[in-house]
Amino acid sequence: MKDRDLIFEKSRPGKIGYSLPELDVPQKDDILPDNLKRKESAPLPEVAEGEVIRHYINLSQLNHSVDNGFYPLGSCTMKYNPKINEDISRLPGFAELHPYQSEDMVQGALKIMAELEKYLCEIGGMDRVTLQPAAGAHGELTGLMLIRAYHKHRGQDQRKKIIIPDSGHGTNPASVTMCGYETVEIPSDEKGCIDLEALKEVLDDKVAGIMLTNPNTLGFYEENVSEICRLVHEAGGLLYFDGANANAIMGYSRPGDMGFDILHFNLHKTFGTPHGGGGPGSGPVGVKDKLVPFLPNPMVEEEDGKYFLDYDRPQSIGRVRSFYGNFGVLVKAFTYIRMMGAKGLKQVSEDAVLNANYIMEKLSKSYYLKYHRNCMHEFVLSGKKQKDEHGVTTTDIVKNLLDHGIHPPTVYFPLIVEEAMMIEPTETESKETLDKFIEVMEKIAKMAEEDPEKLKEAPFTTPVRRLDEASAARNPILKWEPEE
Amino acid sequence: MNHQFLPNNEDSRREMLESLGLSSIEELFGCCIPANVRFKGNLELPKPLSEMEAKKLLTQIANVNRPASSMVSFLGGGVADHYIPSAIDHIVSRSEFYTAYTPYQAEVSQGTLQNIFEFQSLICMLTGMDVANASMYDGASALAEAVLMASAASRQDKIVISQTVNPQYRETVQTYAKATGLEIIEIPHKDGQTDLEAMEKEIDDKTAAIAFQSPNFFGIIEDPFPISKLKEKGKKTLLISVVDPLSLGVLVPPGDYDCDIVLGEGQPLGNPISFGGPHLGFFAATDKLTRKMPGRLIGQAKDVDGKRGFVMTLQTREQHIRRHRATSNICTNQALNALAAAAYLNLMGKKGIQEVGQQCLQKANYLKEKIDNLPGYSIPFDGPIFKEFAVKANRPFEEIQKVLVEKGFLPGIHLQPYFDGMDDWFLVCVTENRTREEMDRFAAGLEGV
Repeated sequence: MKDRDLIFEKSRPGKIGYSLPELDVPQKDDILPDNLKRKESAPLPEVAEGEVIRHYINLSQLNHSVDNGFYPLGSCTMKYNPKINEDISRLPGFAELHPYQSEDMVQGALKIMAELEKYLCEIGGMDRVTLQPAAGAHGELTGLMLIRAYHKHRGQDQRKKIIIPDSGHGTNPASVTMCGYETVEIPSDEKGCIDLEALKEVLDDKVAGIMLTNPNTLGFYEENVSEICRLVHEAGGLLYFDGANANAIMGYSRPGDMGFDILHFNLHKTFGTPHGGGGPGSGPVGVKDKLVPFLPNPMVEEEDGKYFLDYDRPQSIGRVRSFYGNFGVLVKAFTYIRMMGAKGLKQVSEDAVLNANYIMEKLSKSYYLKYHRNCMHEFVLSGKKQKDEHGVTTTDIVKNLLDHGIHPPTVYFPLIVEEAMMIEPTETESKETLDKFIEVMEKIAKMAEEDPEKLKEAPFTTPVRRLDEASAARNPILKWEPEE
Repeated sequence: MNHQFLPNNEDSRREMLESLGLSSIEELFGCCIPANVRFKGNLELPKPLSEMEAKKLLTQIANVNRPASSMVSFLGGGVADHYIPSAIDHIVSRSEFYTAYTPYQAEVSQGTLQNIFEFQSLICMLTGMDVANASMYDGASALAEAVLMASAASRQDKIVISQTVNPQYRETVQTYAKATGLEIIEIPHKDGQTDLEAMEKEIDDKTAAIAFQSPNFFGIIEDPFPISKLKEKGKKTLLISVVDPLSLGVLVPPGDYDCDIVLGEGQPLGNPISFGGPHLGFFAATDKLTRKMPGRLIGQAKDVDGKRGFVMTLQTREQHIRRHRATSNICTNQALNALAAAAYLNLMGKKGIQEVGQQCLQKANYLKEKIDNLPGYSIPFDGPIFKEFAVKANRPFEEIQKVLVEKGFLPGIHLQPYFDGMDDWFLVCVTENRTREEMDRFAAGLEGV
């Protein structure tokens, strides 16, 4: 009896799911003028507490999650989220702290922020870090605003172009537009790295900077990263490091040392904080000294063993959101880094890279691999062979994974690989899990040869089967409405 | 090394390396990362801690803080300690929710998808608007996105915003506007409310949007009808309203005053104050603006067997499809916070949302009157208030704060950093959590300063 009704369909008049104390002050009915009063109560559902709980527990069971199965979603780093972090972030000293409390009452919170900033500076090779951005995309936008402020300060307002390789995340160009900049896309070479000649062609005094994901979305470390940094700096541009894939390089290379001026980390990818079903994340942005004056307000500073929030920073771009960032997420990342230490983080990257290479090598026998060379923490497999030979698409392949309790990889991205499947196992998966995944993928490849029609119908065992997304977009139903 | 978060042992690592024809991990990294950018040293981080040590350390640090819950808090300013039903943390602690990601694969994400669909529906019910998205980072960034959206929809660049909007929100709008070259006109307040005459003068055919807040930063409920009417002075001018979701239990919903975009801070809906985040912004609009909206939208669909299900929809607005032509760069929402908000609204329901609004309203007005009658204090602004109000004292706020904190109160927010000449002013917030006894003691405490 799996219940899938909407909460609204469970509503019955008069039921309640809350209790409040009786109003202990005299009720006055003349506080609000009539025209400001709500005439009809908001038609929220009427359900009892137990019904609400059952509703959500049933819903939770319809989800695939890291805690119930393999989740090799490329570029999302779906690693295990340590349970201690959940406990720590709920301590009253963190969860019940008001952001307007005076500094002397929140020294512990400011310490967490100041120390986390130091750790991130060390890991990224940067001078200062703002913890304010709420997510990776928010960090990107912040980083671009910093680039803009920097050039403006130097009287270089004509710099309006941001270079992005064709393997870059879709958020990169969207962030560029939001910052009033223009995207210039450059192609990858036959090895999946930036084409240096193409880069040279677009470099001029209109270039504000370049956004690089390194390792890139194909899972390769940019071979010519030093040369790229040199060329862009020579042209007067700045270098932005998209840290989406930082899980591959901890303790092995630091963006700041490579020559990058700005980077963002995704704490929810690299530092073990949960993805929350799509948030909350956290996207701290690190910079080199020359960009520090422009960082968002406020910054946490320390003087004589006391922490304080510094707003006296006249060149700051301002704030990008309320208060100080997704503090609860920062606490989790802090705890994670303290439990891993330098050696642990290095081991994280080693295992992440080894796991990815292991799967890649095994699957290269049954699937097409456009770039066959050692990858970092992820790689891009292609369903091209199955499509060309049996008419089975990447969608068909990954929908079969669902019937095996495996979450599909990121699909049809990056755009430069046909029928792409971007696979990132992370370091928190065992060889035993990887072997099972490989076995399932091989089985599907075999089925594509033997019974392609059956493949196209999958999944069979999921809470719903393939949904008609085209009709849903044509006639959007975006909320529940009572039947007339 | 072996670590509790890392499941591979040395045997597994060796076997995997062997299958790659490699003898060491060094060899693998050596062929991936060019030697000239290899980090040669060791990261300088504190030595790793066991779980027990980490728990001790973090508990110690937490104990250095003085949580608002250990005091009697009158702090608001967009975030306040409203009551959180116990059921909520049990719901958001389900790891099927919190260890999943953006629902890219609808077949195995119906829990997250159905929840967001319900969240969108609940926000529409609360605001009286046609369509709501899956949530934004917070109230401030939601306003910044609303301003960008209004500019894109009207193809105009001028934004007229009332100074009674939360100062942090205005700062965020300024930051976003600088980057895109929008012109932001701030309208000064008059007696704590939007100066309508001054606002009217700024509105013309180039005005993309009028933005105001009610209850405003000073807690005053602004009459939205005359503000809404100002839209007529522009050509395609849209009205953006910032609201406190809990006020909508008792106050006229934006859908009733011809509002185009409604947003606000969703923290009061079942989310802990958490030093300012993570929270959520909610975001709703009229039907005709649907395709201009930022953020995720979840829609109803049917599967191949005709069964109802939910999918991410209208994705052609979004960055991963449209890249530089996207309506925004936002690619996540605050899904877990939105889950808490939806659970809160479902638990409170039709009756509870009214009652909690009514309690805030009655209690705040009780304390306001009480303080107004205290010698040395006055209520500087007329106008009805919902749960917050400004107080003017006859001495600097710092003195008051010092004495009251010693007595276990968090007396309010100093207004001087945001408004010049308000060194003696502070903002008091009263939620349903406060009792008459606490308020009476607080008033006595103020009197005794």
